[in-house]
Amino acid sequence: MKVVDEKADAMPTDVFLKGLWRENPTLVQVLGMCPTLAVTNTARNAVAMGLATLFVLVGSNALVSAIRNWVPKQVRIASYILVIATLVTMVDYAIQAISLDLHRALGAFIALIVVNCIILGRAEAFASKNGVRRSVLDGLGMGLGFCLALMLLGMVREVLGSGSLFGVELFGPRYEDWVIMVLPSGGFFTFAAWILFFNWRKQRRAATREAR
Amino acid sequence: MTAEPRPPGGQTWPMLRAMVGIGLVCGLAIVLAYRWTLPVIERNRAEALRRAIFQVLPGASSSATFRFDEPAGFAPAAGRAADARVVHAGYDAQGRWVGVAIEAAGMGYQDTIRVLYGYAPDREAIVGFQVLESRETPGLGDKIGLDPEFLANFEQLDVRLEADLSRLAHPIELVKKGEKEEAWQIDAITGATVSSRAVARILRASADFWIPKVRARAEQLREEPRR
Repeated sequence: MKVVDEKADAMPTDVFLKGLWRENPTLVQVLGMCPTLAVTNTARNAVAMGLATLFVLVGSNALVSAIRNWVPKQVRIASYILVIATLVTMVDYAIQAISLDLHRALGAFIALIVVNCIILGRAEAFASKNGVRRSVLDGLGMGLGFCLALMLLGMVREVLGSGSLFGVELFGPRYEDWVIMVLPSGGFFTFAAWILFFNWRKQRRAATREAR
Repeated sequence: MTAEPRPPGGQTWPMLRAMVGIGLVCGLAIVLAYRWTLPVIERNRAEALRRAIFQVLPGASSSATFRFDEPAGFAPAAGRAADARVVHAGYDAQGRWVGVAIEAAGMGYQDTIRVLYGYAPDREAIVGFQVLESRETPGLGDKIGLDPEFLANFEQLDVRLEADLSRLAHPIELVKKGEKEEAWQIDAITGATVSSRAVARILRASADFWIPKVRARAEQLREEPRR
């Protein structure tokens, strides 16, 4: 397996794009499972959680990168956690100000963004070794990749489990909801199906490349 | 796991400076975010409560919050009244009293369920119900706030009092779906019995406490306080 060197002089576009697809934090690296499975019962919740995480990820990458030469390595993890927890608290207040209903729907999972391993992972593996601009691009790519994965799960689960998409009824009153899809087990089923699809695509592309 | 090597004494100051510095900046950022969003959050909460009051009290177009104290009874609550001993009186467009909206809470299947219900004294019934907060299982327990058949129980749920106005003549009861025969019974939701039972228990306890007080001191609530 090719080891990805975070310090390699990759082009800025590559730094951004790898999180979206090739190294997607959820569907490829299988990180951040707690919110992925818990809040993707509707597309709206999934997008909101994705955007909240994107903001925290970009902010924490930028700040961690900016202070990386000033923080002694013995206290770096504690410092990163402080920065991340502050950003999450600010996001929590912002969501309460934007919509109380949304805040209720996301519940405890907003506060739990602090322990989302994608964020600490990117701070330690990338932002602490790269400049601010590249770290922001990395955060944007990974955050959008996380958003995309959550939205893929949320859309499938809402359509099958509630017969609607972004709250708009699709099938009318005669549709019998697959309740299991909005329950945690439905999250596992949908997630497994998407991973299967991603891996199948990856293998097919590899096979095509070999055939050439 | 191997322990990090102990830093030499000369490195204590940079560590202290980093942690205290970041802590101070983070603390300041949180305080600023809190101060900045607080007015909007409070406005959202008040607006959500106002909408809920009008929904559980059909016909109401304005409301006023009253605080209850023994032995004086109900008095208009000044400013924000976010405690358990308040009721919200609703008035129609002509300023006539239509009833009270009461907040109640209790343990559900997962966590505390907070509800708001409307009581109309002229109909001696609960006439509206809304779930304000719940973490019940999506797709099952959360139907207490969504299922139209379950919510229909609260369009006219009998809570008449004994002749001496001391307690409910018939405490609110939960029955299996389809077995409702009396006006004070609630039809449960199939597959969400624990959550349905929790709603019945919350309403029974709250109605038992509040409705005798509201009826006994109705005169104090009848007039809409001037703003």
